Amino acid sequence: MRWLNQFVMQVRMLLFRRLAATQLNEELRFHMEQQIAENRSTGMSEEEARLAALRVFGNPDLVREKTGATWNWNGLDQLLRDLRIGARTLSRTPGFAVVAILITALGIGASVALFTVVRGVLLRPLPFPDSDRLVTLYERSTPTAGGGDFPYNQVAGGVYATWNTENTSFSSLALFREDSADLSAWGGQLPETLNQAHVSWNLFATLGVNPALGRGFTSTDDSLSAHGTVVLSASLWKRRFGADPTTLNRTIYVDAKPYTVIGIMPAWFEFPDSSTQLWTPVYHEFPERIMSAFDNHMFRVVGRLKPGITGEEAAANLSVISRQIHDSHLDNPFVAAAANSRPLLEHLVGDVKRPLYILLAATVCLLLIACLNVANLLVARAASRHKELAIRAALGGGRMRLLREHLTESFLLEASGGTAGLLLAYGAIGWLLHTRPDMARVGAIHFDGVVAAFTTAVVILCALFSGLVSAFDTDDTRLLSALHESSRSHSAAGSRARLRKTLLAIEVGLTVVLLMGASLLVKSYQRLRSTNVGCITDNVLTMRIKLPGKRYKTPGPAPANFFETLLQRVRALPGVEAAGFVTGVPGQGYMGDSGFTIAEHPPLPPGNGTLAIYRSADSGYFAAMGIPLLRGRTFGDNQKFDQVNEVIISESFAKKFFPGEDPLGKHLRITDGNKVRVIVGIVGDTRYSIGEAAEPMLYHPLFAGDQNYGTLAIRSRQDVSQLALPVQQIIQGQDRDLPVSDVLTMNQLLGKSTLDESFDATLITSLAVLSLLLAAAGLFGVLSYIVAQRSREIGIRIALGAQREQVLRGMLVDGLRPAVVGLLLGLAASAATTQFIKSMLYETQPLDPGVFAAVAALLMASAALACMVPAWRASRLDPMRVLRME
Amino acid sequence: MGKPTDLVQGTLDLLILKTLSPQAMHGWAIAKRIQQVSSEVLQVQQGSLYPALHRLEQQGWVKAKWAESETGRQAKFYSLTAAGRKQLEAETADWKRLSNAINLVVSEV
Repeated sequence: MRWLNQFVMQVRMLLFRRLAATQLNEELRFHMEQQIAENRSTGMSEEEARLAALRVFGNPDLVREKTGATWNWNGLDQLLRDLRIGARTLSRTPGFAVVAILITALGIGASVALFTVVRGVLLRPLPFPDSDRLVTLYERSTPTAGGGDFPYNQVAGGVYATWNTENTSFSSLALFREDSADLSAWGGQLPETLNQAHVSWNLFATLGVNPALGRGFTSTDDSLSAHGTVVLSASLWKRRFGADPTTLNRTIYVDAKPYTVIGIMPAWFEFPDSSTQLWTPVYHEFPERIMSAFDNHMFRVVGRLKPGITGEEAAANLSVISRQIHDSHLDNPFVAAAANSRPLLEHLVGDVKRPLYILLAATVCLLLIACLNVANLLVARAASRHKELAIRAALGGGRMRLLREHLTESFLLEASGGTAGLLLAYGAIGWLLHTRPDMARVGAIHFDGVVAAFTTAVVILCALFSGLVSAFDTDDTRLLSALHESSRSHSAAGSRARLRKTLLAIEVGLTVVLLMGASLLVKSYQRLRSTNVGCITDNVLTMRIKLPGKRYKTPGPAPANFFETLLQRVRALPGVEAAGFVTGVPGQGYMGDSGFTIAEHPPLPPGNGTLAIYRSADSGYFAAMGIPLLRGRTFGDNQKFDQVNEVIISESFAKKFFPGEDPLGKHLRITDGNKVRVIVGIVGDTRYSIGEAAEPMLYHPLFAGDQNYGTLAIRSRQDVSQLALPVQQIIQGQDRDLPVSDVLTMNQLLGKSTLDESFDATLITSLAVLSLLLAAAGLFGVLSYIVAQRSREIGIRIALGAQREQVLRGMLVDGLRPAVVGLLLGLAASAATTQFIKSMLYETQPLDPGVFAAVAALLMASAALACMVPAWRASRLDPMRVLRME
Repeated sequence: MGKPTDLVQGTLDLLILKTLSPQAMHGWAIAKRIQQVSSEVLQVQQGSLYPALHRLEQQGWVKAKWAESETGRQAKFYSLTAAGRKQLEAETADWKRLSNAINLVVSEV
């Protein structure tokens, strides 16, 4: 029964606290009256009786307080009281409160947003069962005489097959290759190009995922002779087939070949990335020749480790197998001798990992700056309330009590800022999802309990930091001197501001670090965009076409005829100055390389080989793109089908493989297909990717008819984008089922390929600008405060004849000192931190002196501007008014 | 001679519980009663009495009721709960054990 009583008391004390307080008053008053009545009965007068009773009673307030302290929920009560006091003091200076809350909201908002992204993309495990056992496997190619160093090379089909049968480390090993796919017109819908993945039949099982509808692939589906089968993504199924369950077993046409839909994946499933819309069995797609080759590195391999085996052990296991393959093919220089592994997660998010962590570091910097600024504001407030605090301490206000008030106040500020920041972060995430739907694992980004916990932790940490910093400024030993000081208004304000100046110097230092990072990234991005890729980029329109292999067999005359007709028609179009067709224009990527030997050179030692990127182009391509023909000529008109025997090389090809001799007329033996070609021309270098140096490149005649895909490039004198529609009409006129994709001007194409760089540079720059603003505001605040504190002293000095310029200079120096200290600190720190972004920089040194100088100048200019106003105000003080005010 | 009215820590609770055991009383009467019974030796200060009463109430040893006092005014009357009665027995036993022990030590010398 006692617990019931206690519970009733608990509830009553929580809900009827005010009633309890009045009842207590009543109870104490009754006690007094009884005492007075007793005193009266001993013969005292009314007044005497009352005074005697009061004497016995002691301090009624104290009794009330001590009694109240025994009540339940006393801690909560005190907290509420503190919050009330805090809110009241803050609302007395709404300007201060709003500024502090805004600053906090910025800092917390930015960090929470970035943390949410980092958590979703990098920290959250992949949505597959036991995803920590999933690894991506690579061949480790070591540099040969002509080949490159590819530690994480793609895997050849034959190597995978051998790994798959001989390994002892994996419970399952699967193969996949990303590709584009043309979905034919169907049910009144236009043909379209989308992304697909060719996968070995066990891929879904390896990942541990089953289709939501229908079935996955079986080993019988996964062969050249099998009937075509396809699994669709849930989004494609909804978008294109209206989520109709009868889509199963229906036949659809992918690249003009029939496939039976056998399954629909769950909506959350995305592999290898969110753009993949359908999956087909890989052995059904590629001929035996490719699937058994040991030197044709074109696949990705994902494996599920057996329990207890690490990725390294598995890679060592596969390396042994690769070594055996290598040793039995010593004549082929392109067979790798080792394997490599990486967690699947790392493979999927590889590109965004470093930029994300650097952005997170930058936002943490901003948060720290925001915290320092709030601490600074609180210190300023504590200073202006110094006298009040001193009096309270003198009257017996406990140190803990004062500290608690400080903390409650900063907690109130940070919590409001955190709430606003959360809204800000929500908006920022929405914006990010909208602008960067291409980012890896973008679907995994959302708010959850961990983010909420992170926000709370950040708020508490910031509140503790700001509150404690400002509380330490209120030192007990100085309280008495504060009372002294205020009576004679001596200027100890200078020393009081020391803490604030230190905080400022740190703030400025952090700002410098951010500014340095931002400037380097911006400069690198500008370098990147101004890179000459080796061709004309203005008024050039590109569009990608892929001919379905079913109707346009390679090698064969059909694709060549199609391209030839297309080029003739496009060139005849009014407004078209030149047009060309190539398998890949500059900036579109590496695409592929092929091994070759030079017939006129002595054979290379066994195990060594030479390779170069290859392209297939028509003879007008070079002129159309403005790629200079340095020597020789372009392909002859007879270069068609079986008569093809010419090849054109790039300048760096000539330099690398024909040093000191004339390449023209020499013969290349192409490893793939063992074809012999004569070099007829040398053209200028182009870059396959905007951030990469030009690599040796080989051009084969397009009309050989061995390629069925590529990019049409059209140059015009006027606005070239107007030509997009007429050209697409020409293509549709030639083949109604042919979708055109990536219709982009050359500048758009290059811009798209540098999207990451521009994105990172923009974000970091905005963070840096924000922190510069905060630091400037901090400087302004501190100097204004010092001026206000020293106005009497300055007034006296002016009255005694000090020059106003002198006062101005003195105040400026005082204000700029923390900026200079911070600048030096920041520059020193930047020298170390910029090394972290080294790998993100393009043709820009982390210790670029120009950038260092520019940042220093920008910072000093901002600091001077921020200090100018208060310093000028100080020099304009009217001594009479100041002295009268005291 | 020090202050005879200082109560050993914790014994105030015992005194209050004991005083309340025959009947319900208000705060002033409790103080008065303790004073009388102890032949004016024990004087309970208001500063200790009310915090103690409220603590006992929160702990469920005593319960309170507002009722008319002998002078006709509303007063808060405290009375023992069943749990309070058990608590009184336990504390009385403890006290007896303690005071006996102290007596033994003191009379030894």
